[in-house]
Amino acid sequence: MSCATQRVLRTVTDLSGPAGTLPMSSYNNSARFNEARRVAIFGGTHGNEMSGVTLVNLWVKNSAEIQRKRVETKPFITNPKAVEKCTRYVDTDLNRAFSPENLSAPEGDDLPYEVQRAQEINRIFGPKGSPEAYDVIFDLHNTTSNMGCTLILESSKDHFNLQMMNYIKKAIAPASCLVLLNEHPLLKYSTSRSIAKHPVGLEVGPQPQGVLRSNIFEAMRVILKHALDFIELFNEGMEFPPCTVEVFWVSERIDYPRDANGNIIAMVHPNLQDCDWEPLNPGDPMFQTFDGKTIHYQGPGTVYPTFINEAAYYEKQQAFVITRRETLVASAIRKA
Amino acid sequence: MEVDKVVHLPRLSRVAVCGGTHGNELSGVYLVKELLKAKNVMKEDNDDEESPASVLMVLSNPWAVQQCRRYVNTDLNRCFTHAALSGPVSKKDPYEMIRSKELNALLGPKGSPEAVDLVCDLHNTTSNMGLCLVAYSDCDWICLHIFRYLQASTTVPTRSTMEIGPQPHGVVRSNIYTTMKHGVQHVLDWVRFYNSGTVFEGGFVDVYTTVKNMDYPRDSETGNITAAIHPQLQDRDFCPLRPEDPLFQTFSGETLRYKGKEPLYPFFINECAYYEKGIALSLARKRRVALPRIRVRAEQEQQANELGFASEEE
Repeated sequence: MSCATQRVLRTVTDLSGPAGTLPMSSYNNSARFNEARRVAIFGGTHGNEMSGVTLVNLWVKNSAEIQRKRVETKPFITNPKAVEKCTRYVDTDLNRAFSPENLSAPEGDDLPYEVQRAQEINRIFGPKGSPEAYDVIFDLHNTTSNMGCTLILESSKDHFNLQMMNYIKKAIAPASCLVLLNEHPLLKYSTSRSIAKHPVGLEVGPQPQGVLRSNIFEAMRVILKHALDFIELFNEGMEFPPCTVEVFWVSERIDYPRDANGNIIAMVHPNLQDCDWEPLNPGDPMFQTFDGKTIHYQGPGTVYPTFINEAAYYEKQQAFVITRRETLVASAIRKA
Repeated sequence: MEVDKVVHLPRLSRVAVCGGTHGNELSGVYLVKELLKAKNVMKEDNDDEESPASVLMVLSNPWAVQQCRRYVNTDLNRCFTHAALSGPVSKKDPYEMIRSKELNALLGPKGSPEAVDLVCDLHNTTSNMGLCLVAYSDCDWICLHIFRYLQASTTVPTRSTMEIGPQPHGVVRSNIYTTMKHGVQHVLDWVRFYNSGTVFEGGFVDVYTTVKNMDYPRDSETGNITAAIHPQLQDRDFCPLRPEDPLFQTFSGETLRYKGKEPLYPFFINECAYYEKGIALSLARKRRVALPRIRVRAEQEQQANELGFASEEE
């Protein structure tokens, strides 16, 4: 744990009252981060998630829109073979391939395509965990779930990212942008963006795989614009006061009911379909069997489901993911 | 057409319900699997059950279903031309070309008296088309009467293979599945009523006939699309598209407008599988078709008609 983070943890409990009303002296306890000079925008980590593919291709051709003072922003197609075939992946899911085992495996053509790709990406934008790694990576995704605009956070202690997400949420209000936090030791996975010091996932839906919807495309574009604005302001020396950020914290994965052979025997219930982020209470309908029977949620309390009926998760045994609503406090931050 | 005249049409003795012609269009896949399961259960319970029409349930493209892909080598739903169906089978042929010949042997041969009388082929689309029936002729009174019966039986917007959307490929949505399940049930009910001699009254149906397809604007060098369906057109399948209405929105925000001279009806707007076929949307004319009264031919008529053909009962 860095000194900056230790200082933040000690001072977080001292902070009280709404942000902006604290006396100037409290800001001496701002967490300091290096300027974010190297930023990457990944598209096509899943080759059939079209908003990111299209945006990155656009920006590779003409990067004017993503230029900011004091930042080098690199748009990059992470899985070109999958993009060419308009498929999620060729051999294995690239967004699960950045594990320490894969990244340290001896190189070779016999490795699955995506593992080779992960090693290559780690060379260019990493190495993961080292001081040379990129400062921020935005990884662009779409989902068939009705999640709207979602920012995905990998650590509850990343105050830089928390402040960025707070900035984005305020900038696009009254339009909604929610934060999903996946820090669960068993459910978190090795994403392409995890190479960076500050990984940020952008997930916008609903959009079918292989389809480009202009409203979804524009929404993702706007979020990125605000994210890059934040980085520019931060690099120029702006101090961001303490703030609170509501997050949806991943706690459990729920699979479809299956028969003894592993075949799905029920669908997401019509009352739950498209109700991402809405409360699911014990006793509420959850699944509907093919012959019309309802299966109810039997958990102990109210939860907030998301990634409801994501096409790519049938093979990962996930009908939806359960989250708890929490409020995180982000300390003030400024550049070192 | 004389109002009181009844057109007598052949009995529908064999019906096929096909799912998974495209392996990632999941409503049909799951429905056919369920119907196959239910049929096995019924067979166990009641071997003597006699149904007026025999109904074949078929999973058309099992390999594509297993991989949850549209197709393995080539689109199965384009492999049923006479040219594709004739000619020897080779192991080197694309999987779907081999499969179409197998299906032709099972359900056909196409164009012969042995062929099934009706095929109900189940599809999904990412376009906002509601429940849509695709027929191949505006004189196919059977299909058009089935469509009228469906229209009266369902609250889902219905236009006259059953195409139900919108649903992403690789996903099963319960409301879409249920609509398809009821749709198939209504079709089989109609066949039963028809075979038992019900007279179906004449009337009018609105049909949409394809005029042309439109592709996305593309980059001349890379072939990549340079615009998306305009937000004001997205999801407006079967709503009239008039000259100068917005059609596409370029990635730099410019609106491209429809330059046709007559208003037409767009459908298959932003269907995922059609990007590779160079189709952003299809355009149709709407027309009213008059349907005659119909009923099944009586036994004697049927036999007289079959003289000269090899009967399948024989």
